[in-house]
This record gives sequence, structure tokens and C-alpha cells, in this order.
Amino acid sequence: MTPEHPYTLVAELTYRCPLQCAYCSNPVELDRHRLELDTAVWVRIIEQAEALGVVQLNLSGGEPLLRDDLAEIIGAARRRELYVNLITSAVPLARERLAVLQKAGLDAVQISLQDSTPAGSAAVAGVDRFDAKIAAAEWTTALGLPLTINIVLHRENIERVGEFIALAERLGAQRVELANTQYLGWALANRAKLLPSRAQLERARDIADEARARLRGQMEVLFVLPDYYADRPRACMDGWGRRFIVVAPDGLVLPCHAAHTLPGFDFPRAPQHSLEHAWRDTEAFQRFRGDAWMPEPCRSCDKRHVDFGGCRCQAFHLTGEATATDPACGLSPQHGIVLRARHEADRVPPPSYRYRSLRVVR
Amino acid sequence: MIDVASVVRLAPKARLRFDRLRQQHMLLYPERGIVLSATAADVVALLDDTCEVKSIVEQLVAKYGEANRAAIARDVLELLRDLAGRGLVAEVTP
Repeated sequence: MTPEHPYTLVAELTYRCPLQCAYCSNPVELDRHRLELDTAVWVRIIEQAEALGVVQLNLSGGEPLLRDDLAEIIGAARRRELYVNLITSAVPLARERLAVLQKAGLDAVQISLQDSTPAGSAAVAGVDRFDAKIAAAEWTTALGLPLTINIVLHRENIERVGEFIALAERLGAQRVELANTQYLGWALANRAKLLPSRAQLERARDIADEARARLRGQMEVLFVLPDYYADRPRACMDGWGRRFIVVAPDGLVLPCHAAHTLPGFDFPRAPQHSLEHAWRDTEAFQRFRGDAWMPEPCRSCDKRHVDFGGCRCQAFHLTGEATATDPACGLSPQHGIVLRARHEADRVPPPSYRYRSLRVVR
Repeated sequence: MIDVASVVRLAPKARLRFDRLRQQHMLLYPERGIVLSATAADVVALLDDTCEVKSIVEQLVAKYGEANRAAIARDVLELLRDLAGRGLVAEVTP
């Protein structure tokens, strides 16, 4: 039942971040996760990942640029031929540092933008760093590094999808990810203010479809539907423990970045446990592999090896049961939870966000 | 559209590597990768900023035999057009 090799290691180097985005996927109780692994441990994790078959490394967080040892970590990964993606807010980033990271072996940069204007960005991120981000994106393409622009979509910005695509084109991006918010963590706390209406969503999707056809071969246009409107669940992480290993800033080894919010798990931890042990030998990675764990209607569903039962974290946070059918699925007996949220999305949203916050500890 | 007279280069975001664990060639790009057959990997490895597609075909004919010329020419064009559609290779404009 254990897949032979994982493909991607997501290294969450820190939960620290200068932004306070209201849809952040980091844990809501951030103060419980202050500890950070040191450079030598991250290098060992990367070596173990490569030996296990990982070919892609996503350096993520929090904000990975806040780690002073980022170039060392990139160098270690590149020496093992991993494809190194930096997933960043680009704050704080100087052109000289970006060049150092490139020299260390960085393959590609993904910069998050929150909106196409400073005011729109500040409204959701809590701080205005728009101009600094645009400058960093321009340096990225000027240095010849492949650039992905990622914009999380929600009801306050989704009507500007056309502007976001035009901005990504102007910045010379190879790829733009228009990713609707996944409603976990901070985003679930702010769902009533973030979830778009169906009409908003369909307009945005049409604009993205047109741009994808027009830009084929130049810029990849990815539009991620919110599963609240999809009627079938998304294949979260391509299935539990199938392709991804996530290592959290404090060393927890996880099948997805939110898995530690599920109760009743004993997740392995680096450096005490190896990635190979985590992948092959732990009950935590095994628990939602395959289909024996599934309830009906999933277990006899002909899509069970397509969506792998959807998102376990969403099932838990919406129903209280991690083994429940993902309520995003139209066949879930608890699909009413999602239908009510959609209904609320057509009403007036509450006035303010609950911003992500974290006391910065060094 | 790429044809035999085109000069084609690998996109900066794409990197060819041999995966020793899975014993297969992979073309990696941000957050993804595609598996290449040994012959497709040969084609990608021959791409540079000056070499025309027909010269790549000649090099492969030298390797795989004159009898396969028509199939090689067809497969090379099909592969490069597919990769171009994914933004993984691009024509160098003269």
C-alpha cells in the first residue's frame, strides 16, 4: 500500500512572516510552534528526501527569506539535483540576495501577490508591501529566473482576475496561479468574508479560460476552483501520503501542511525520525492511504482513486470527523454545511478580517 | 509552428535529469515534472540555441539508423510541438 517514492518535499522553513494574510494556511495557534530546525538538520532532511525519491523541493513557510541560511539550504538541495522552488512573499528581498540564491542553485521563484493595487494588497495582508513585491518580481525575470505569480482569490479581489493576468504578463511570468482560497486555518475563520458568490466565480473562470487559450506556450494560466463550488472534492495533496512530504518548521513530518490540526495522530518528527521511517513505517502516513479507511459513499465510489476521498482536514474541521466524506462532495450526507456557506456568500459579508498574527520570536 | 528548419531551445524553467531510483528521464519544471522516454530525453539533451531541428534529426539517425529516419523525423517534431505547447521549449527567433 505504501507508494514507492514521494515526489515533492515541502520544507516549511519558518512560520514567521512579515505579512498577516487573512487566508494564511499556517496554523491558527501559531504561538505553539516557535521552535525552528537548524541548517544541519534541514540539510539532512533534504538528503533523506532525495534518497527516498523526491525530485521537487518547495521552500516555503511562513516566509523562507527570513532564514539567514536559505542559500546554504538551496545549495544542499541543488547538489542532489532537486528542482528548487522558492515560494515567497518576496518580503524582505534585495536584488543582491536574489542573485546569491540564484547562484546557490535556485531553479524557480513563486511570488505571491495579494491584489493588483497597493490598497487592495494591504486590505488582506494587513500591511502594504505591494511596490516591493513588484520590484522583486521584476528582478526575478531580469536575472533570468523563471517566475510564477500566485494570487489567492476571494470575494474582495476575484473580479480583478483580468488585471492579475495582465500584471503577470507584464512582469514576464512563466506561470500565473489564480488559486481560490482553501478554507482551512485562518481562511476558515474568515470564510464569510472570503467566499465568492457563484456569479463572481463563473465570470473569473471564463476570463481565465480565455487567457489560457490566448497565452498557450507563453504563460501557463492555472485557475483553481474553490471546492465549495465544485460538487466533487479536490484530490487534496494528490492523496494522503502519495506524493508529498511536508516538514513543518518545528520538524513535524506530515502528509499535508495542515495535518497536525487533526486529533489522534502521533506524527513523526525530524531529526529524531528519518523521512524514510515517516514514509514507510508510520501509522500516521498509512492511515488515509488506499480506500479501506473510507466510509460510504466514498468506498464504493468510482471516483475514489481520482480524488482519494478529498481533504481530511476539511472533513474534520467542518464535521468533527476526519474520516467523514469531505463535505465539499455533493454525495456527502453533510454537504448541507457547504451549501449553507454558499448561501451565506450571497449575503452581505462581515466588516473586517481576523488577521493572522504571531509574536515574532528569534 | 515548429518545423525542421526551426531552432528550438529548452525553456529556462525546464531541467532534464535522470532519476536513478525510478530509472527514468524526467523533465522538471516548477512544481511538476514529466517522464521522458530515452529517445525523447536524447532530443531534449541535443537542444541548444543554435542547432536546427533537422540537425537533431541527423544526429538521431546516426545513432538509431537510416531505416528509422521517417519515424525519427515525425517523432522529433511531435515531441517538440507538444513541449512547446507546455511552454517547456521555445523557438529561437532569428
